[in-house]
Amino acid sequence: MKQRVYLTFSEATVREPIIWKLAREFDVITNIRTAEVKEHMGLVGLEIEGEQDIVDAALAWLVQQDVHVEPIEQNVIEG
Amino acid sequence: MSESIVRALKCRECGQEYDIAPVHVCEFCFGPLEVAYDYDKLQGKFTRELIESRPQTMWRYKELLPIDNDPTVGAQNGFTPLVRAKNLEKVLGVSELYIKNDSVCYPTLSFKDRVVSVALSKAVEFGFTTVACASTGNLAGSVAANAAAAGLESYVFIPHDLEQGKVLGAGIFGTKIIGIRGKYDDVNRLCSEVAGKYGWAFVNVNVRPFYAEGSKSLGYEVMEQLGWKAPKHIVVPMASGSLCTKVDKSIKEFIKLGLIEDNGTAVYGAQATGCSPIAKSVKEGTDLIHPVIADTIAKSLAIGNPADGYYANRVINESGGWAEDISDQEVIDAMKLLAETEGIFAETAGGVTLGCAKKMIESGKLPRDESIVLCITGNGLKTQEAIADEIDKPRIIDASLKEFDVLAKADGVENI
Repeated sequence: MKQRVYLTFSEATVREPIIWKLAREFDVITNIRTAEVKEHMGLVGLEIEGEQDIVDAALAWLVQQDVHVEPIEQNVIEG
Repeated sequence: MSESIVRALKCRECGQEYDIAPVHVCEFCFGPLEVAYDYDKLQGKFTRELIESRPQTMWRYKELLPIDNDPTVGAQNGFTPLVRAKNLEKVLGVSELYIKNDSVCYPTLSFKDRVVSVALSKAVEFGFTTVACASTGNLAGSVAANAAAAGLESYVFIPHDLEQGKVLGAGIFGTKIIGIRGKYDDVNRLCSEVAGKYGWAFVNVNVRPFYAEGSKSLGYEVMEQLGWKAPKHIVVPMASGSLCTKVDKSIKEFIKLGLIEDNGTAVYGAQATGCSPIAKSVKEGTDLIHPVIADTIAKSLAIGNPADGYYANRVINESGGWAEDISDQEVIDAMKLLAETEGIFAETAGGVTLGCAKKMIESGKLPRDESIVLCITGNGLKTQEAIADEIDKPRIIDASLKEFDVLAKADGVENI
């Protein structure tokens, strides 16, 4: 399955090669579709492809690394 | 209905165009999709006279709203009062102040009735029979009411700790309400999964591009009600930031169509300090929005990761506006000020708008001698908890003139 997510990196994590680590830790295909990286913050639109449970584990791991994970479909406007 | 001028859905990031469908994300770059129009088709046809000849609803601007046929949902919505706020002008020390009062929007007393009537009319055109939303409250009530009137099934997903008035204000319409343990952003998380699985029209997920366009009607009305001109300054509450961008779009469209002169309108955003990622980005001079955990009484604005934050930031900067945020106490003080000066009981978001405007007037960001419009987007009856302890309790007496005389004297009222 493929999951589309926005990742927000904080000042503390923006210099870390987290997506590289992710691909080493988990059997997933990572595909960066958009990115904006600045000194204090980074935004990456990422597609992660793999087995459902592995993708879930990979996303949970990202959260543990202090990355804000927002599935694209969940990027909802005001209510 | 006249020929639709809707051309396509267009990615706001990469410009890729898509056929009209219930989708909201660009497959290529994940950017948000927005409705694109062929304005040239309206040149010379969409006139002030034509608009003025139509019923006083938001649909008098129907050529600029993205549905193909006449509206099937919310045909009576919109066209709320624009009030000249003379008493507030004196208190704030400004020369020309207006309140766009969507706290009396039909039928559920918030500006959400605008976006929902467009979203649900479009959902019906797409063939959906069940509609749904993630909501901080106002949207839940509006989806529930408008769906009921249109004979659609509805589900609304809300944070479990929402104000009772808003829960009740949705439940009465027979919608299915699901309370989620978590913040609004958690509600979103679930809703996107549900949207993907159940094939419903989620007004702020898969029909979001159409939904969002409904906000433009607020801007159109302001310009018409000002005598076919845009204000010099307009202050908008920000949750996702969508309203900010759509008010700006409405002004640009009227200019493009020759309905008004370009007045150089500056757009200002207002947030509560407990959830102010967009205001913070404007103040810090960056266009990156840091997600926050929302903590404010202004629950209808409590979106910690605003989807349109980047675009709202851009509109504010490019138009020459500014953004501000205020504390919860300042929100309450502003709600009372608006009620006591203009007789308008706005919800907490209205307090945010006025309170931020006051702060920006005092700091000089908003000039005192030019026209200012404040957008009040929801009704205070829905958020009574926020101010319950701030309002004087009634003084209880027997039905005795003597006892009343004592109170009157204490109030300094002369005995005639």
